Amino acid sequence: MATQHSRSVARLMMAPAVVLLLGWMLVPLTMTLYFSFKKYLPLRGGDLGWVGFDNYVRFVSSSSFWPAVQATLMIVGGVLVITVILGILLAMLLDQPMWGQGVVRILVIAPFFVMPTVSALVWKNMFMDPVNGLLAHLWRFFGAEPISWLSEASMTSIIMIVSWQWLPFATLILLTAIQSLDSEQLEAAEMDGAPVLKRFYHIVLPHLSRAITIVILIQTIFLLSIFAEIFVTTGGAFGTRTLTYLIFQRVLESQNVGLGSAGGVYAIILANIVAIFLMRIVGKNLDA
Amino acid sequence: MYLKHALRAATALTFVATAAAHAQSITIATVNNGDMIRMQGYTDKFTEATGIDVEWVTLEENVLRQRVTTDITTKGGQFDIMTIGMYETPIWGANGWLVPLDGLSEDYDVGDILPAMAGGLSHEGTLYAAPFYGESSMIMYRTDLMEQAGLEMPDAPTWQFIREAAAAMTDRDNDINGICLRGKAGWGEGGAFITVTGNSFGARWFDEDWKPQFDQPEWKEALTFFVDMMNESGPAGFATNGFNENLSLFQQGKCGMWIDATVAASFVTNPDDSTVADKVGFALAPNSEGVDKRANWLWAWALAIPAGTQQEDAAKQFIEWATSKDYIELVAENEGWANVPPGARTSLYENPNYKEVPFANMTLESILMADPQNCCAQPTPYTGIQFVAIPEFAGIATQVSQEFSAVYAGQQSVDEALAKAQAFTTEEMEAAGY
Repeated sequence: MATQHSRSVARLMMAPAVVLLLGWMLVPLTMTLYFSFKKYLPLRGGDLGWVGFDNYVRFVSSSSFWPAVQATLMIVGGVLVITVILGILLAMLLDQPMWGQGVVRILVIAPFFVMPTVSALVWKNMFMDPVNGLLAHLWRFFGAEPISWLSEASMTSIIMIVSWQWLPFATLILLTAIQSLDSEQLEAAEMDGAPVLKRFYHIVLPHLSRAITIVILIQTIFLLSIFAEIFVTTGGAFGTRTLTYLIFQRVLESQNVGLGSAGGVYAIILANIVAIFLMRIVGKNLDA
Repeated sequence: MYLKHALRAATALTFVATAAAHAQSITIATVNNGDMIRMQGYTDKFTEATGIDVEWVTLEENVLRQRVTTDITTKGGQFDIMTIGMYETPIWGANGWLVPLDGLSEDYDVGDILPAMAGGLSHEGTLYAAPFYGESSMIMYRTDLMEQAGLEMPDAPTWQFIREAAAAMTDRDNDINGICLRGKAGWGEGGAFITVTGNSFGARWFDEDWKPQFDQPEWKEALTFFVDMMNESGPAGFATNGFNENLSLFQQGKCGMWIDATVAASFVTNPDDSTVADKVGFALAPNSEGVDKRANWLWAWALAIPAGTQQEDAAKQFIEWATSKDYIELVAENEGWANVPPGARTSLYENPNYKEVPFANMTLESILMADPQNCCAQPTPYTGIQFVAIPEFAGIATQVSQEFSAVYAGQQSVDEALAKAQAFTTEEMEAAGY
């Protein structure tokens, strides 16, 4: 049983960590809030006074806002669909006994360890370049006209690049889940004459549901703030400007710190809504 | 035992740290263009002579602009020297963010800097950045392909001729595109090119009351012409091509013509890098029939010292070294006159050795023809040719060029892009108080 004295000591010892953590989160948050109510233009002399909610109104009424929200949702949705479906397939494949299983698993997981900027550069210059890229050569080999991936199919290209990076993560989580599936249950179903697809729908998929929810939750939070891949490949052009990218443009290219900060506050609210929503789903799933 | 090792390691670290504290070191942010990369190779000579270490942060053009702008506006102090251009220098100089480059040594000879360059890098008569190289833009073309097409390039061609020649030179089966031009989004990339193209069709960014002009017929004509010509004779995916991408295509022999910075001339005629080095001709940037302004710009990549640096003297020494006549001679001695940084000094164009370089004359002529005070056929309230010298321009032009790039990629029509550009620019200018 803790005495009054030991509780005080514990509080004292924890204080530095608490202060550090609070500072870590509160300082940037407070500054973002502070600047979002100011007309702050560094190239025009800096702080030009309070403007109330002007920045908030301007940010959402700008013609770039809704397309940015749309682009964000498309990227998040596209990547989630691809990584979850392919992740399940890959996980099931990797679960099969095969020769060189360890090496194959490492190769599948490898893209996750490549930095986003590097993978975007590799995809842009080595694969997707319409003149010198590998895909262009492949297209020409089959007599087809090469595609300018990043300009003609910009959204698809970015979804492809990001999915390539996140697929290993999904695969890994789902593989762990599959490995925990009781094989006797599957064998029993097989002996009862259940076909492959039915076994998958009625046994494997329900077993994976918790892992799938975790994959969706974690990926969504990260994918909402996707940036490097867009910066390197299209620079926000061709309808690929996400909400994060729009905020970056407002602050750094237009040098309008107030407007960008208001965008930042919207982004915080959006991310929290998604997080709360998903937490509730996960909570339900975990209880079940 | 462990304690002993730890103590030794700590002592060694202290020595290293003390030594590092004594050696003077400057950090320079620069752009990844060929002349700058070449300069980095000679930095050892500067360190040998002065004892000052130089650390480089080399970035792509768009990224460099964002990094240095952020650093200077937040007083970040990451760099002792920044590579900036004619757009930033007068604005930053006026804000007191740069160290004035007065008191440079007599040997340096400030008066030798080309007046167009010195003017563009000054604010109220004070020089705030020293030009490392200066440039305009011009046509570089393949003489062999032109001959095959049965055409002859005039010294001062029109856009109509260029389009015809581009179509005649295009040979899709052999991967040869008649013309390669910038389409990449970014105000200093495709934005700069479409702006000068607009100028050469009689368009301008703003009228005298700062009202955006994208709703005027000249812009529509320029943009439509550009897109049609590039669709006929340009390379696949030109919407993502900037300076470096086009340079690479031209060097690989995949372009009949390329209109871009005059500094590119030394790279396309260098046999070490270019497969078509001996087949390149030069001409003035084109104009549209009936418009007396040509599609050539004026730019200098220059070195400036941010106010507040701890290494002001060392930084000044470096700038004097890198932009001096001696540096030009150093490069000429080692790599030939064609490879010296061009466009900054009058004496270079008076040098008999340099006069023999095939593109020297056309470069000088293009630079002298560019007039930042009068960019356009119609009067404007701004200075600058491929840019408008106001702080809001970079942000606005980046977005406008993104809309244009979407046209190049076939994602929207010319009319849609111009309407969006007009609306967005009007909104931003009103917000900025114009």
